[in-house]
Amino acid sequence: MSASSSHEAAAIVRVRVPTVLQSYTGSPEVFVAVPVLAPELPPTLGGVLAALDGSYPGIRFRMIDEQGAVRPHIKLFVDQSLTRSLNTSIPAGATVMIVGALSGG
Amino acid sequence: MPRTKKSARPVAAKRVRLLVATRKGLWTLTSDLARSAWKLAGPQFLGHIVHHAVADPRDAKIMLAAARTGHLGPTVFRSLDAGKTWKEAAKPPAFVEGSGRVVNHTFWLTPGHASEPGVWYAGTSPQGLFRSVDGGATWEGVIGFNQHPRRKDWCGGDQDGTPDGAKVHSILVDPRDPKHLYISMSSGGTFESTDAGGDWRPLNAGVRADFQPDPNLEYGHDPHCVRFAAGHPDRLYQQNHCGIFRIDRPNDRWQEIGDTMPKSVGYVGFPVVVHPRDPETLWVFPMDGTTVWPRTSPGGRPAVYRSRDGGRSWKRQDQGLPKAQAWWTVKRQAMTADARDPAGLYFGTTSGELWGSRDEGRTFRCLARHLPHIYAVEPG
Repeated sequence: MSASSSHEAAAIVRVRVPTVLQSYTGSPEVFVAVPVLAPELPPTLGGVLAALDGSYPGIRFRMIDEQGAVRPHIKLFVDQSLTRSLNTSIPAGATVMIVGALSGG
Repeated sequence: MPRTKKSARPVAAKRVRLLVATRKGLWTLTSDLARSAWKLAGPQFLGHIVHHAVADPRDAKIMLAAARTGHLGPTVFRSLDAGKTWKEAAKPPAFVEGSGRVVNHTFWLTPGHASEPGVWYAGTSPQGLFRSVDGGATWEGVIGFNQHPRRKDWCGGDQDGTPDGAKVHSILVDPRDPKHLYISMSSGGTFESTDAGGDWRPLNAGVRADFQPDPNLEYGHDPHCVRFAAGHPDRLYQQNHCGIFRIDRPNDRWQEIGDTMPKSVGYVGFPVVVHPRDPETLWVFPMDGTTVWPRTSPGGRPAVYRSRDGGRSWKRQDQGLPKAQAWWTVKRQAMTADARDPAGLYFGTTSGELWGSRDEGRTFRCLARHLPHIYAVEPG
């Protein structure tokens, strides 16, 4: 599914969810509606996570700390690009992938 | 101090249950009142780091568990049906946005005063104090502590904490006055509030701080665990990094009581446990504090030490425990007593064994093994 056009006032964004967060979503993949305020203002990663939290309360705080930083062992991709900025724009049709990144024995 | 009469309070429970919080989840251990046959159940929250799980003494159906995982941030789970089902807090403990501080984990949970059902306190790592007034569903920082102008001085820097992170622990609510609180910090010391957390003052005089240039510091100490004496909240016992101490309020000075421990055993440990009825009786679990601080049973011979005279003298209790090559570590929340008569005494090791005594420490037996690293054992 691709992001919708702006006249619908919401973009539908596909989010891939790691196993460590599927207790919230019940699914490895969900779609969230992110409000679009204006055509020239695409949704941001922060907006996607806020929408995700609206649908699955509590999930954002497990990934993002109270100061707005991505937690150390969480990685966020917008399509193929790794980002730690919640201001990252989400292009139409992009997929957000959340990864639990922890290694060690 | 005269020993109090045994409580006339009826014991309504039909079973004894322990909540065993571990680095990999939560288990429960249940027996009949004879405490002869134990049944292990769980895990719940498998894979979660459960630092503390506590049942509400005001309502046995309510339980809280503080958890996080390797990947995910800290949260609190609540049960309203005695642990059958759990729901995550809508607003877990978190510092104020813009403060620059981030809760790594909620370490300690304390139910509030009997007159304040629904009130809970939480201590976090790094040092933070939080309060819930709705049974743990939502949490707010105790501003009088978290934003106290001297908090940074009291807590020290990031390198002053324990290996697992600096913590607020041992949150004590005076059973006579819900506004009278004590907290302790590793590191930082013990602090007292008489206005429900609005303001705090250090309460560390008499406690040694051998790791500081000035041994008579006002704060900066390393209490490991602090408990009220049973039925006598003017007395507190403290297991500290530098010894075992006791204070009898309104005196403001702690008195060392660990110096009567055998020299070969020492006075270092993490937990201190009080008898459910006798304010003169307490237990500690000594660990090696020499050289590089192994924090294992001295000589590989684990034992509990009991005092029945407020710390003036100590008796070794090790019947049933391994006699050699048992290098146990027992963390500050991982030792507890039940309310039965005679009291049961329980401790869990970081190597995943749960040991118990149903005769106040005279004899022990292993109740469960092969568990993950045990963080906390609480009656449930």
